[in-house]
Amino acid sequence: MKRVFPILAVLTGVLLSYALYEALIAAPTEQTMGDVQRIFYYHVPSAWTAFILFFVNFFASIVYLIWRANKADIVALVTAEVGVVFCTVVLVTGPIWARPVWGIWWTWDLRLTLTLVLWLIYVSYLVLRRFSSSGQTPLLAAVLAVFGALDVPLVYFSIWFFRTQHPQPVIGGGGSIDPRMLHVLLINWLAFSCFAALVCWSRYRLEVLRRDMDETLALEALLEPRSSHTRTSRTERAG
Amino acid sequence: MSAVASLTRATLAKDLRLEWRSKDAINSMLFFSLLVVVIFSFSFDPTAEESRQIAGGLVWVAFLFAAVVALNQTWAREMRNQVLDAYRVSPAPPNALFLAKVVGNFIFVTVLQALMTPLFIVFYNLRALGPAYQLPIVAALGTWALVVNGTFFAAMSLRTRSREIMLPLLLFPISIPALLAMVEATGAILTGEFSARFWIVLLAAYDLVFTIASLFLFGFVLQAE
Repeated sequence: MKRVFPILAVLTGVLLSYALYEALIAAPTEQTMGDVQRIFYYHVPSAWTAFILFFVNFFASIVYLIWRANKADIVALVTAEVGVVFCTVVLVTGPIWARPVWGIWWTWDLRLTLTLVLWLIYVSYLVLRRFSSSGQTPLLAAVLAVFGALDVPLVYFSIWFFRTQHPQPVIGGGGSIDPRMLHVLLINWLAFSCFAALVCWSRYRLEVLRRDMDETLALEALLEPRSSHTRTSRTERAG
Repeated sequence: MSAVASLTRATLAKDLRLEWRSKDAINSMLFFSLLVVVIFSFSFDPTAEESRQIAGGLVWVAFLFAAVVALNQTWAREMRNQVLDAYRVSPAPPNALFLAKVVGNFIFVTVLQALMTPLFIVFYNLRALGPAYQLPIVAALGTWALVVNGTFFAAMSLRTRSREIMLPLLLFPISIPALLAMVEATGAILTGEFSARFWIVLLAAYDLVFTIASLFLFGFVLQAE
């Protein structure tokens, strides 16, 4: 396992630079939008990656609720953190593209609002994890993740009732896309997914180490000789 | 089932009696939403036509903020003297406690709405141009949506530091579709420009989904150690 990590890291680096070259130089320039359209190669892969990570988070939360597996909890934490980062990338790149193309930064359209609400839910998820005391955090977080997942279809239908301005999804949405562009898009997505997996993995190892360390510290505090405690309390009393 | 019903009734009666004698929640909610109404009316100073357009949003934002005030106090009473811990070790079903709290909060917020509605009419010069009989339906469904999730998240934030800040942070993002539905439905009824039916159905679906989810998951939250 230890040897897989650097291999994945190198692979991700190569893929990311190749994807950057493809997106900025090799991909054909869009007819009407011009070079602004190239942001699409970052916007869409980030969105897909974020949604996959949120889905993994939901799945891991369910697993935790049923089996109370600590590993599932760490996976849920890690995917939520990295997912929020990718979701932020989506929400930042979207308006940069929309301003020259639509003439507005933001609109309350179906996909935009859904992404924003997802982002809000997962930020509140991370806030909950930060604020709750350690022993109960995984359970409360898992419950909130289930609530968030239940909320998504309701958000979808509530905004679906409004007019939809966002361009139709290029895959399976009836839109047409140049095969060359699709190729660049998929390469970027692959690179982004590898990058997300890499970050999740190292964050996972960090979290495991952190929990081990917390446990060791707690044990050491228990095993510490009584005398030092009584000494400090005596000096405190004297002070 | 009868055990759940009788426990729910007992807890609800206790909460209502306590509230009737102290009037803590209802007074703070009333004054709070009064302040919101006055400040909004002050800062926007709308004409009758404008206020019809924005009233749905104003009313529900006021009720949402006021409901948070009441919801934050819901469980505080049970924390004193370790009532909640006693409840946890008793064989009583957790859902009975949860249902009683939800119904109690629902009653408080409904009373608040009944008292605030005349004020809104006075300050914003409101008159429904659409079918007014739908307004109570929207109010009941919307209040239930706020209260069922709010009571649940208030129980969750009991286990966190600075729990009073935690509740709105958890409640508002999840409530976005419900809020949108309440605001749009109220706006539709007040202006009479389009039908509120879709939003009422959506609200009902929201209530159903989250009531079932809360009843399923409340046991986990209560037993969280």
